[in-house]
Amino acid sequence: MLEKIIAFICAAIVQGIPLLYGATGEIITEKSGNLNLGIPGIMYVGGISGIIGGYFYEKSTAEPNVVLCILIPLLACIIGSVLMSLIYSFLTITLHANQNVTGLALTTFGMGIGNFFGGSLLSFFGESGSISLLTTGTYYATPLGFSIGKIEISFGFMAYLAVIIALATSFVLNRTRVGLHLRAVGENPATADAAGINVTLYKYLATCIGGAIAGMGGLYFVMDYTTGAWTNNGFGDRGWLAVAIVIFALWKPKSAIWCSFVFGGLYIVCVYIPGLSSATKELINMLPYIVTILVLIITSARKKREHQPPASLGLPYFREER
Amino acid sequence: MQENAIELKHITKRFGNVVANNNVSLCVRKGEILSLLGENGSGKTTLMNMISGIYYPDEGHIFIDGKEVVISSPKDSFKYGIGMVHQHFKLVDLFTATENIVLGLKEKGRFDIKIAKGDVKAISEKYGFALDPDKKIYEMSVSEKQTVEIIKVLYRGAEILILDEPTAVLTPQETQKLFKVLRRMKEDGKAIIIITHKLHEVMSISDRVAVLRKGECIGVVNTAETNASTLTEMMVGKKIELNIERSDVVNPADRLVVENINYFDKEGVKILDNISFTARSGEILGIAGIAGSGQRELLESVAGLITVASGKITYHDPVTGAEEDLCSKNPVQIRDLGVRLSFVPEDRLGMGLVANMDIVDNMMLRSYNDGKTVFVERKEPKNLAERIIEQLEVVTPNAQTPVRQLSGGNVQKVLVGREIASSPTVLMAAYPVRGLDINSSYLIYNLLTKQKDSGVAVVFVGEDLDVLLELCDRIMVIAGGRISGIVDARTATKEEVGFLMTKTDGGLANE
Amino acid sequence: MSDLKTKKHEPVIHITKRADLVWYKAWIIRAVAVLAALIVSAVVIMLLTKENPIQIYASMIEGNFGTERRIWVMLKELAILLCVSLAVTPAFKMRFWNIGAEGQVLVGALGSAACMFYLGDSLPLPAMLILMFIVSVICGIIWGIIPAFFKAIWNTNETLFTLMMNYVAMQLISFFIMVWVPNGSSVMGVINPQTKSGWLPEVFGQKYLLSILFVAVTTIILFIYLKESKQGYEITVVGESENTARYVGINVKKVIIRTMAISGGICGMAGFLLVSGINHTVSANLAGGVGFTAIMVSWLAKFNPIVMVLTSFIIVFLQIGAGEIATSFRLNQSIADIVTGIILFFIIGCEFFVRYKINFRTKEKEEKNA
Repeated sequence: MLEKIIAFICAAIVQGIPLLYGATGEIITEKSGNLNLGIPGIMYVGGISGIIGGYFYEKSTAEPNVVLCILIPLLACIIGSVLMSLIYSFLTITLHANQNVTGLALTTFGMGIGNFFGGSLLSFFGESGSISLLTTGTYYATPLGFSIGKIEISFGFMAYLAVIIALATSFVLNRTRVGLHLRAVGENPATADAAGINVTLYKYLATCIGGAIAGMGGLYFVMDYTTGAWTNNGFGDRGWLAVAIVIFALWKPKSAIWCSFVFGGLYIVCVYIPGLSSATKELINMLPYIVTILVLIITSARKKREHQPPASLGLPYFREER
Repeated sequence: MQENAIELKHITKRFGNVVANNNVSLCVRKGEILSLLGENGSGKTTLMNMISGIYYPDEGHIFIDGKEVVISSPKDSFKYGIGMVHQHFKLVDLFTATENIVLGLKEKGRFDIKIAKGDVKAISEKYGFALDPDKKIYEMSVSEKQTVEIIKVLYRGAEILILDEPTAVLTPQETQKLFKVLRRMKEDGKAIIIITHKLHEVMSISDRVAVLRKGECIGVVNTAETNASTLTEMMVGKKIELNIERSDVVNPADRLVVENINYFDKEGVKILDNISFTARSGEILGIAGIAGSGQRELLESVAGLITVASGKITYHDPVTGAEEDLCSKNPVQIRDLGVRLSFVPEDRLGMGLVANMDIVDNMMLRSYNDGKTVFVERKEPKNLAERIIEQLEVVTPNAQTPVRQLSGGNVQKVLVGREIASSPTVLMAAYPVRGLDINSSYLIYNLLTKQKDSGVAVVFVGEDLDVLLELCDRIMVIAGGRISGIVDARTATKEEVGFLMTKTDGGLANE
Repeated sequence: MSDLKTKKHEPVIHITKRADLVWYKAWIIRAVAVLAALIVSAVVIMLLTKENPIQIYASMIEGNFGTERRIWVMLKELAILLCVSLAVTPAFKMRFWNIGAEGQVLVGALGSAACMFYLGDSLPLPAMLILMFIVSVICGIIWGIIPAFFKAIWNTNETLFTLMMNYVAMQLISFFIMVWVPNGSSVMGVINPQTKSGWLPEVFGQKYLLSILFVAVTTIILFIYLKESKQGYEITVVGESENTARYVGINVKKVIIRTMAISGGICGMAGFLLVSGINHTVSANLAGGVGFTAIMVSWLAKFNPIVMVLTSFIIVFLQIGAGEIATSFRLNQSIADIVTGIILFFIIGCEFFVRYKINFRTKEKEEKNA
């Protein structure tokens, strides 16, 4: 029984890691006042960019080097995700475009990119079948284990990295001057501007760094979770779950860690409960969303200021309109 | 004599054709409090904005500690130790006092909020502020927020402090506390400029008073050597003849009776304090007062836009003689009672009209729900729009033009035209000529007088005392949410009204 | 001292809000953006297929208009996208960001499918269709009203709320499919394949014609509703300025809830059309992201239902055209999403140039200012 529970928790964490990347990225972005609904698309692009990077490297050399096997896809993933974030930033920050519309368009575009290259990459090179980067994937998925008492815990390095990034984000947001300034930009850009903070720069940086982190969620999924294999739409709606976690965690990166694991657990809990009918499983899959809605309602009803979205979330900032 | 902290020489600033400041020279010494006194639009804020780097003077020189300086941005102004506390606070609600105070500073070294907190505490103790550095802004009273703003300026090392109407939002007790702090800063050698309208405050806090009128500095006097009536005279100036035709009041009858209304805003500040008055038919009742003394809330409470905390608003129907209680009714309910109440709000495009809709659609804002079908009837509004365009000479390509494309004067004609068209029995207008040229202004005066002659009870909120004195029959003066006097416009003098406007120390004036 | 006087603080590029732009100039800017987007998409496709651009455009036209059947398919796609775009429009006009159209369509579809599944052919077709229509619309209304209600009373963030409602709707459908399909398969086959009970009948031998007519009528009704009805007028006032709404005495909460009921209702109807008129079955991805695309279509059309016919046509044309290219050049179908994304970016971006003017500081202006 205990073994089963531990297995479940480990599986929940594995499911939760991509969500945690996405949620941390979205929290950073939203803290600057940008509601980036393109995050699901960015996560697709992050995944496929990593795949493409890894594919070319594996193709180019007979004996792949461990460090490069890890670094090249990671770098490719970050470049792809940042490019996507730049599209969003340019449209919403510089051109004052509507954030909802831009974000949704970005998601359409990003999922298109992911599935298109995922489906066609091999055929460009006259190969057939589906992409599988076993070497790279194995390096990514190499378990780094340790044990607490009798319980052995082991995950790929990106799982630990996700938690570290979330903790670091929390530290930067709450303990540093940069974090203070970023929060001010999201809460009240006019005040931040008057205080001499470069609002545009902060918004761009937050959106791009947030996008890069979210993109790494896609990378974790394709490299570690599926060991280097791409299946179209395999990532599913995890991107939206990440957006939900941001609400559920009340915009706190530290809370996002356990929230992601809870959501990851809910994602797969039906597999671990014996005797469930397949219909009941679908109802359980509904839980994360229902819970998020309840959190949204309760926080808005209680009106506790600390639990609200950043006050300028979704609104463009244009100095002349003050 | 102490040395000058800041000196302005021959400062001139123009906005287009409007001269906001003309050849203004004044100085503030270290360890001194200078009051800047003047009516709305006399150029006080423009002058201060030039010191704090928001505007740049067209002509003139600024000296700090005897050296000429160029202040071209708020940053420069910080650099020279100038700190301005604005009327509208620039604070992040969700942050603590300390976080707001250090916001935007780019110091070297590790950021430690605890050290900052210590510094804030030290400043608080030095000057006698009562401030919890960990309190969030949204939990604070207005006075506490103001304290944060002042400490923010001190934290940045300001030696010259400018306070723009700091007492406007404070209770008398809080004002006393603030003054105590200001006196300590003065002892500490800071130079302080305080903008205020309240004469008794000027007399109690300042060492010298500079009076501005129509952009010019009328004079700088030592507070000890002057008195309230001299200052008022300097502030309002000589009466100017405007030649507005004023007809006699015929058969006045009570139309709107307001009794003892009180109103508190969201933050719990008392905005209307026991206001009582009567508006009569065939009469223009002027409301005078420094901007933000409660005029807007007064009109909105009558129009049913806000609900008063206590008091009575009664409407006397001219035909049936019935008395209707308007308290806690919304505009639709008031209309349904058959009360023909028109209201020209201060915020024309944000409230009275919808900027993106065309003139025709704006005509039916108040009447769209008339008629029995589910559809709006555009024929009558279209006729009305065309009538108004023709009669009031509205300059517009056609009636289908969005009102945001019209100039200020034409926007106002459309709004006033609509409100008059519903043949009201009570017409309330808030600053109806603000921003309008001379011709449009006179057109509005004539329209109001015509309404009065046809038996409408007109309530006119204005800011130009000359206009109020020539247009109105009676003038009610509000100061700090209270009525400080009701005078006969035909006999009252400008000084008298000006004095009432600044009289906030309580009690009705019986002069 | 003169250098002090001439010091200027205006940056070289200065952006100001346009007072107003003549309507045709605005449309020229938008047309240029569409054109630029088409060129960029063609370049992208060219790089992938190494075909010449004319071939590519020809292929797109072929995909949309090549055969009579293709035209009907295109019109059907257009109708559904238009229908959902119409649905989200009243809410957007009121500045209520309903991105839950997807979910509202799905529950509408679920309502119709449930009627078909449980009632079989126990009702005559007209009664059956009317019942399905009503059930679908009511389901859509409920899905729309829930977030509106909380927005009205507690100002709950509607963007995130409606987004979450989409996934609840999807899971709800998956749940019912599991209940309905006996062997544990997650795919619901065509419902009532023999009796065709609850199927919208063919008109003039055309399967989709009736659905298309439904949407055409809705377009006209909504256009009139928004422009000529009192409720439409209230929506505009609330959307433009809540302060004015207060001044006039409009009950803002009531308008929010009522308008979202309309939004949800039309989405429900789209669900009905998808099930009864087109697919005769239901699945969690039945709507296929149309709720999101519709937001962009409505926004691009500046909330004008008639213009929406055009904007939804552009999107549908591109999607089908790109799909055709994918098929003929053996590329992945997702190229359609990429092309849609590109064109959306261009149109979204061009609005900036419609709303704002970019002033470059020039010599003569400086003189004027001085």
